[in-house]
Amino acid sequence: MSLELRPISALDWRGTEAQPAGDLVVRAARVVCPREGIDAGHDLVVRDGEIAELTAPGAAEVDGAEVIEAEGLAVFPAFFDPHVHLRTPGHEDKEDVETGSRAAAAGGFCGIVAMANTAPPVDNAAHVAALREQARKQAAVPTGFMATVTAGMRGGELAEMADLAAAGAVGFSDDGLPIASARVLRRALSYQRLVGLPIALHEEDPELSAGGWMHEGAVSAALGIGGIPSVSESTMIARDCALAAFEDARIHVQHLSARESVEAIEAAKAAGVRVTCEATPHHLVLTDEEVRSLDSRFKMNPPLRSEADREALIDALRSGTIDCIATDHAPHTTNEKEVPFEAAAMGVTGLETAFSVVYTELVRPGVLGLGTVVERLGAGAEALGFVPSRIAPGAEANLALVDLEAEWEAGAEGWESRSENSCFAGRRLHGRVLTTVAAGRVAYRQRSFAMGVA
Amino acid sequence: MRHLLAIEELERADVERIMERARSFAEVGRRDIKKVPTLRGRTIVSLFYESSTRTSSSFELAAKRLSADVVSVKSTGSSVDKGESLKDTIATLSAYSPEAIVIRHPHAGAAKLVTQWTEASVVNAGDGKHEHPSQALLDAYTLLERLDSLEGKRIWIVGDVLHSRVARSCAQCFRMMGAEVTVCGPPTLIPRGIAEEFGCAVAYELDRLGEADVVYALRMQRERMTESFVPSIREYAANYQIDSRRLGPRQLLMHPGPVNRGVELSPEVLDGPASLVTAQVESGLVVRMAILYEVLAGGGEPREGARPDPSLSAPTPIGEPA
Repeated sequence: MSLELRPISALDWRGTEAQPAGDLVVRAARVVCPREGIDAGHDLVVRDGEIAELTAPGAAEVDGAEVIEAEGLAVFPAFFDPHVHLRTPGHEDKEDVETGSRAAAAGGFCGIVAMANTAPPVDNAAHVAALREQARKQAAVPTGFMATVTAGMRGGELAEMADLAAAGAVGFSDDGLPIASARVLRRALSYQRLVGLPIALHEEDPELSAGGWMHEGAVSAALGIGGIPSVSESTMIARDCALAAFEDARIHVQHLSARESVEAIEAAKAAGVRVTCEATPHHLVLTDEEVRSLDSRFKMNPPLRSEADREALIDALRSGTIDCIATDHAPHTTNEKEVPFEAAAMGVTGLETAFSVVYTELVRPGVLGLGTVVERLGAGAEALGFVPSRIAPGAEANLALVDLEAEWEAGAEGWESRSENSCFAGRRLHGRVLTTVAAGRVAYRQRSFAMGVA
Repeated sequence: MRHLLAIEELERADVERIMERARSFAEVGRRDIKKVPTLRGRTIVSLFYESSTRTSSSFELAAKRLSADVVSVKSTGSSVDKGESLKDTIATLSAYSPEAIVIRHPHAGAAKLVTQWTEASVVNAGDGKHEHPSQALLDAYTLLERLDSLEGKRIWIVGDVLHSRVARSCAQCFRMMGAEVTVCGPPTLIPRGIAEEFGCAVAYELDRLGEADVVYALRMQRERMTESFVPSIREYAANYQIDSRRLGPRQLLMHPGPVNRGVELSPEVLDGPASLVTAQVESGLVVRMAILYEVLAGGGEPREGARPDPSLSAPTPIGEPA
């Protein structure tokens, strides 16, 4: 089964109805596109939703097009997040399609895929259809919806996967929960031959993680908080890669957190298993040392792990063992976080800070190259069956305009997301997304930039 | 000191100051009238989300000996039972303008969190499996009454270290006071990484217990065996029970209570001359008096939001009869 890649704009969003794709000229920007091997000053002309041409700076014909003066700014192919939670239906007090997709646009993302662990979970065709309709009305950027692998996300019988695929689900995931039964996952992987969509896996052995709320290590020993051992993740990854190989299936492993997990993926890829995987900005930048504060903003699943784990993730991201960066944007209400650590909800938001955090903490200190980070922030599209953004004539015009020199405090001006539970709130960050273009339409303008005072 | 949240946040000088104050309160306890007016007019809320006998009663009695007014709130039969959040409960109780809140809660960090929501001084009476600082302080006091100094003393903490807030606070407190600490128990109940965190040694057998000056046994919860931490209580007791064969004549024995007789301690050592268990309870009262004095009248940095009327906030010196 080889997966035909679809354009990101095939996902549902309000852009196509709300505004026609006007012509756009981005003037004198530093164009960075690792896929095309470009890092140079150019004018960029967008026409009919596509990139029409790249010219020498200042050379593009304006001719009635909207002009974005971008001297001193960088333009990247816009990012794609294969892993967000939009919380609708059931938890609109945390997020919905409109606020979540707006947060994505503000983070430079031109496409997102929402997980199916809503209340009730997305496990039937009518549910998918309703969400797609909502996205066509509300989504600021192209938005796809996962359906569950198992009915009711109960880990038992399979959901009606073929029906869900026909209704337009972009893939399958029980994210939030692992598929504990090897038998059930094996059947799903086998059934993938009929359905042909990616299966994304939250890897956690519930037997090993039971009673745990943070990484099991020296910090959990000191705090007396139940630990989630690294092997609860890595042993499931090894199991599922073996199952994928046996069924010749294609899997995407979500949010890697541990060194042992990187080793399991390396071994599987070396053996030819068709597996892709992702890591989040918080796992790349933070460790369990943060939890010493007992601040519930640092509670997520998988948990922040040790420095050795963080370094293994960074190395794997650099080498390509980890294919992409995903945020696992997980909005919660303040109520669910204003409680002791062990009682708090797991998860943090991430869409609005993803690029800036990775740029500030990993690119500026020279740990990762800018090109690598830009590529990995876009590669989630390919992992889930979509054409990743690139800057070349004829490509879909998915662009993120970024001021790499800008400094800002995360959350100081509020959030586009309905949720405030960012583990980076209050941090000084470098690099700010000023404008996001999805399929030729401006999906986001940062306020001060839009007012011409940036 | 504004709050007492964790041993981890204390300096040795803080511990020594509290010890000294506790000694002066012990002297008060030997008088006919055991009450002093030190905290007269102050209100202390005691808020217990977990069952407790000795900690809640000794904090309450300590507050009364200092002439404070005490309000005790238990989670059962209160608004907590009705699903009120910790934040809202603290807001409600803070409306009475208490000077201190003593809190026990099943979750780590609860006491620290409460400091964000109240002007009162907060005393941690046990937060999850994290810390139980007043227990460690009273244990240090109990030992200092007998050993003059903990410098170079060898203290073995034996039992279910993984689930024990007492072990975490005591290991840190004893180390800070100069003792050499060994934690001992089944490998399933000794958390990985604890040695480097607390600078203690780890043992899985009692064969070198003879080197200890003090043996501190922890309570063994019976449900641990259903979670496969130990095969059976019988096997646990066979390997880790402190009994008269294992405890030498010059070794001191401690336990935070309540004791499972016949599990972690044999009856004869619990009732024997080496046992400091009753002395620990006695120390609990004076040390908790000293803790309340420390956070409410101990000086240090000025309290934010302290009430402006100096005649109300100035403590009466210790020793003047009420």
